[in-house]
Amino acid sequence: MSDKNVNANIEMKELSFSEAIREAMVEEMRRDPGVFLMGEDVGVFGGVWGVSHDMLDEFGPERVRDTPISEIAIVGTGLGAAMVGMRPIVEIMFGDFLMCAGDQIANQVAKARFMSGGKADVPLTIRVTTGAPGSSAAQHSQSPESWFMNVPGIKIVTPATPADAKGLLRTAIRGADPVLFFEPKMLYADKGAAPDDPDFAVPFGEARVAREGRDVTVIAVGIMVKHALAAAAQLAEDDISVEVVDPRTLVPLDKKTLIDSVAKTSRVVVAHEAHLRSGPGAEIAAMLAEEAIEYLDGPIVRVGAKNVPLPYNPALENYVLPDASDIVRALKSFWGKA
Amino acid sequence: MSDKELTSYSKDFLAELFRKMVLVREFELRAIEERRNGLIPGFIHSCVGQEASAVGATAALTQEDVITSTHRGHGHLLGKGGDPKYMMAELAARSTGYCLGRGGSLHLADFELGILGANGIVGGGIPIAVGAGLAFQMRGEKRVSLSFFGDGATNEGAFHEALNLAGLWSLPVIFLCENNLYGEGTPQDQQAPIADLAKRAESYGFPGEIVDGNDVLAVYEATKAAAARARAGEGPTMIEAKTYRFRGHYEGDPQIYRKPGEMAEWRKRDPIPNFRQRLLDAGLFDAEALDEIEADVQADLDEAVAFAESAPAPKPEEALAGVYAETHDGLIF
Ligand SMILES: Cc1ncc(C[n+]2csc(CCOP(=O)(O)OP(=O)(O)O)c2C)c(N)n1
Ligand SMILES: [Mg+2]
Repeated sequence: MSDKNVNANIEMKELSFSEAIREAMVEEMRRDPGVFLMGEDVGVFGGVWGVSHDMLDEFGPERVRDTPISEIAIVGTGLGAAMVGMRPIVEIMFGDFLMCAGDQIANQVAKARFMSGGKADVPLTIRVTTGAPGSSAAQHSQSPESWFMNVPGIKIVTPATPADAKGLLRTAIRGADPVLFFEPKMLYADKGAAPDDPDFAVPFGEARVAREGRDVTVIAVGIMVKHALAAAAQLAEDDISVEVVDPRTLVPLDKKTLIDSVAKTSRVVVAHEAHLRSGPGAEIAAMLAEEAIEYLDGPIVRVGAKNVPLPYNPALENYVLPDASDIVRALKSFWGKA
Repeated sequence: MSDKELTSYSKDFLAELFRKMVLVREFELRAIEERRNGLIPGFIHSCVGQEASAVGATAALTQEDVITSTHRGHGHLLGKGGDPKYMMAELAARSTGYCLGRGGSLHLADFELGILGANGIVGGGIPIAVGAGLAFQMRGEKRVSLSFFGDGATNEGAFHEALNLAGLWSLPVIFLCENNLYGEGTPQDQQAPIADLAKRAESYGFPGEIVDGNDVLAVYEATKAAAARARAGEGPTMIEAKTYRFRGHYEGDPQIYRKPGEMAEWRKRDPIPNFRQRLLDAGLFDAEALDEIEADVQADLDEAVAFAESAPAPKPEEALAGVYAETHDGLIF
């Protein structure tokens, strides 16, 4: 890992993506009494994804709060508590349910600081799951990362490794701006090494080069980083050297690292699990077209879900969703091997 | 127990209530089994234990009336006349299923039967039911719209906005809350400061009634009265059916949240054996007649599973069909 934020003296610890998130929450709650967690089934049940298991035992029901099924109230009360000095972490069980709280997010949370002439600090972290866990159909499978990219005022964070999950979540909790923090359901069990340091944080706006390469860049979001690495390994067998870049935060977007990579490779694929139309890749591709066109030897190729609601049937779902083979196909298209 | 004499109902009607409740329970158990066998790829939220509210409420509706349902909706569908064959095929993700395999358990629907859809969004169906009621009122139709939802859903904004509007416009809607004491892993008493959710209706200007949700006839009578009110232009009613789910929120749920002894108490109130015993005690049926009904249900379910198994899997490209009415030569994708 070429992460300049990792202090060489600090031990690394193997942990799952889910444990990494839990650790960041637990460490921040120990450190700062203003940090608390609330959401549906986060307490007794430990979160439907198990992320907050046993946190109730350590922190009690005041700080690990089970809420009613009330997404508007969950996000809205998070905002109110943040405005008066708390640092709430609120959990929305599925990204699909963000729209239930859509007004609070788009019209209240994101705009509170600006509309108040900068009076409001909004240290609110909205943790939310993203992606298709398999045959969960159209209302439990979406990847809504870009839904709120069009709303200025909220930061959008997309970790792809346990270390980044831990470090980015810490930055979110300690920051003064609201954050939508997207956790890919299908990464929760994945393991990786993260610094065993209660102050380890990954700053926003710094992309990570997940694999260095010469011939083509894949800019991959969330779970697609994993698929892009698999695709890169496959293309290495054909002597095609693929660079994989993980933006880590979509808002703010580290343009420089993305452009530098494209300047080196002169070819680029942008991959995400979200639907293609107006997905995160639309913004990234437009940015590259504006600021990096002179480096490019071919079109900017996007990989994403087909513009169809997620189907229940596994074969249909596979057809709609992108995976490593779609990235391989996109990469090979540069050499006419599609 | 509803206080009306059993003998005031026709035998056929009582037999049908019994058959439907058995069908709902056995459908659920079969679906759970077929999920284990790999026929069904997705999650199932079963309504085992809650058959009486689903069957009693739908029995009070006509074919022209409509319902909206929930993630725990198989009973609602079967009550409203849903065909177990097409339901099982949908759960098995086949193109012969109710939603061509695209929806699964969470999105089962049959508009011809007035089933406007299960829902993956808690509370999502409640405003939809109000909209159907609005249309019936505007067109002067004597139809009724009934929305099923759980106790947890009454804490969603959608619930409150929908009830207020229905009360304000005096719409022909029945709000049928199945209070099974839990929303996922969180007990109802941790989700709302009141235990009797029917009280919420009062603040929207219409009656809210509590019934024993495990007594199929009690639910039927309450729904029948509410439907009569709605058809007479007297506006909405909320019915809170107190009930209990016997299985996990979803299959595989560790159920760590149950209160000690609670399950055993509710098992005594299992709606199906209790109704069966009542039918026997009243001397209306002998055991063989009821056994035969149960056997018929099993045969129907064997057929449903066979239908699902033999159905062709949809072709992947079929995913593109049915997103829009008009695709502008595919340009829309
Ligand atoms: C808007 C929304 N929030 C949360 C969920 C997750 N969820 C699914 S079912 C459920 C519990 C619903 O409880 P209740 O309304 O009482 O119905 P029950 O499951 O008990 O039948 C929850 C929280 C969801 N599907 N939709
Ligand atoms: Mg419930």
